[in-house]
Amino acid sequence: MRKLMFLLKKELRQIRRDPLLSRAIIMVPIIQMLILIPAVNLEVKKIDLAIADSDHSPASRELLARLTGSSFFNVSSTADNYDDAEQILLKGSADMVLFIPEDFSEGLSGAGIPRLQVLSDAVNATSAQLGWAYFNAVVRDYNREIIINKGIAPASIPGINISTRYWYNETLNYKFYMLPGVLVILITAIGLLMAGLNLVKEKEMGTIEQINVTPVKKWQLIASKVIPFFIIGLLDLALGLIIGWILFGIPFEGSLLLFFACAAIFLIAVLGLALFFSSMASTQQQFLFIAFFFVMIFVLMSGIFTPAESMPRWAQDFNYVNPVAYLMRINRMVMLKGSGFHDIARDMGALAVLAFSFISFAIWTYRKRA
Amino acid sequence: MKRFMAFVKKEFLHIFRDYRTLIILFGLPAVQILVFGYAVRTDISNAGIAVLDLSHDEITTDITNKLESSGFFRIVYSLHSNNEIDAAFKEGIIKEVVIFPEDFGSDLTREGSASVSIIADGSEPNSANLVSSYTTAILSEYSAGLTKNISATMPVIRSEVRMYFNPNLKSQFMFVPGVITLILILVCALMTSVTIAREKEFGTMEVLLVSPLRPWQIILGKVAPYFFLSVINVITILLMAWFVFELPIQGSLALLMAECMLYILLSLSIGILISASVSNMQAAMFISMLGMMLPSLLLSGFIFPIENMPKIYDYVSAVLPPRWFINIIRGIMVKGAGFEIIWKETLILFAMTIFFLVLGSKKFKVRLSQEEK
Repeated sequence: MRKLMFLLKKELRQIRRDPLLSRAIIMVPIIQMLILIPAVNLEVKKIDLAIADSDHSPASRELLARLTGSSFFNVSSTADNYDDAEQILLKGSADMVLFIPEDFSEGLSGAGIPRLQVLSDAVNATSAQLGWAYFNAVVRDYNREIIINKGIAPASIPGINISTRYWYNETLNYKFYMLPGVLVILITAIGLLMAGLNLVKEKEMGTIEQINVTPVKKWQLIASKVIPFFIIGLLDLALGLIIGWILFGIPFEGSLLLFFACAAIFLIAVLGLALFFSSMASTQQQFLFIAFFFVMIFVLMSGIFTPAESMPRWAQDFNYVNPVAYLMRINRMVMLKGSGFHDIARDMGALAVLAFSFISFAIWTYRKRA
Repeated sequence: MKRFMAFVKKEFLHIFRDYRTLIILFGLPAVQILVFGYAVRTDISNAGIAVLDLSHDEITTDITNKLESSGFFRIVYSLHSNNEIDAAFKEGIIKEVVIFPEDFGSDLTREGSASVSIIADGSEPNSANLVSSYTTAILSEYSAGLTKNISATMPVIRSEVRMYFNPNLKSQFMFVPGVITLILILVCALMTSVTIAREKEFGTMEVLLVSPLRPWQIILGKVAPYFFLSVINVITILLMAWFVFELPIQGSLALLMAECMLYILLSLSIGILISASVSNMQAAMFISMLGMMLPSLLLSGFIFPIENMPKIYDYVSAVLPPRWFINIIRGIMVKGAGFEIIWKETLILFAMTIFFLVLGSKKFKVRLSQEEK
């Protein structure tokens, strides 16, 4: 035990002395919070709708007013010309172009069929579909009123009023969504990348040989390399949380104790991964490549940007062994919804099993000799 | 020239003998294409929802079935009172609760209007928005289907839509340009800067400098393999996009390749500049990760639309190459844009390349003269 204390002291001193590492420990949480949180925003913005009105009638102006008045569209007007519309979409100055043909109001008054034509930039398929759905909803409402004004009883043309509310984040503030996820990335960066680089450094510099000739045991060496980053990880998490709270006013509904307990289990899992990857590499460069490859996959599959539930079956199966996916879910539930222990017990248990198997496997395969 | 070729060959061997380098070079692009193509989806399908039906009539049952059969939703719970909603959300399985008040069906058929409440889980804003929009669309379509007894003279507006550029609404169109940008930055800027910085840190750079090769030949020899491998990478990604996702290239392939090569040159010159300005490879790693990787992932408009960011990020991203490059590739690949539409972006990238090359070679000369003393 005394040997371990000496080793720990040595590690802490080395970390403090390393100008890059000691600065990174403070700067990484700050930079991540300041850059990632405001930049990452998938809010569905207003759709730019250009309208070519060739009808110039009260009816078409009424439709125009309704589209302008709805909260979904930024309306601008454009010339009635198919080639121009194509150019608009090509240059990206509008997402949708609506043509109101000359005979639109005639059609509405009964002579023929009133038609509308829409061109939509579908490069982003999701927002194209949303735009089309919003457009249809506005047109349908407008149409319903016209028909009712003609003396048809409302009961024969029923409409459903829909009121939507959002719980736990009423204004759909995207920062509240990203912050718990960015905290997961933060402790992954520390527990996996920094700890691993530190592990490999000793090998690359050849100083591991000097430790090998001392009576230090394998477990003591591993513990002395891993424990400092376990502590740094938790401290940085606290730092990140404080920054998020001060700068973005992030709410914290659940239990802090539960939150840190889950983070601690997660850190054990990623430190196990760091240990395992470090035994596959003999230089920091090699370690970086391996770790980067896996971190990229873990983070993208975890559902940080996109709902994990809409992934295909195989991707969801993969997430059973993806520690990042568990903590991503747990953090959001605990921070934003105030989920309690029994809500997340299954995820927490699975994460603990992962952490235990990763770290045991890594210790088992770790070779003290380079 | 023979010496130079031998040097380039040596660099190739360095790259190919290490499987860890190969993982990043060829494994990462392949995996990213698959992950982005199949797993990372911004749309929703099969989202768990709950229904709180206080009316229990034919119409609410009908609507519930419509929601379930739409493919977007799977109904996990049928709740019985308002008090159960919070607990259901906290488990994290459902994303939305649809509430039908009492007498919903009779209100709708007799008075022609009835109300539905949707409560969505705002802790995931994007899904909340999509889920509630899809539900709204299904509901209003359903009510439109109830329209009856309207004589043929009543005007019903018919709207038609043409989905441009992407008529089959494939979501993969968004990410292929992004993956190309990311991989090129990774291979060209990160790998070259780390490799050169490593030679400096371990002192092997001096060994190279005393060889009969000229300094510029050494640098050229170092980056030549990466240029070659990057071109192969671009071709691989395009082929995968073509065969796996059936994404065609709408515009000119020659133009696309030329633009990619310009971007590779640009990234390589950034890599050289980074390695020239640092003394060890950890610093090179941090600078290329924080300065290049993160921005190309976040500030390029690859996943996150730039319009949504605070204005300052708009300005910051304007001085970063990925933003312009993504516009170019998206333009050529997806919209079939010609040079007349993307000349501005091309010019910007060209100017940036010259700038970084000049700056990089200046920096390098200073260092070399110090070392020659």
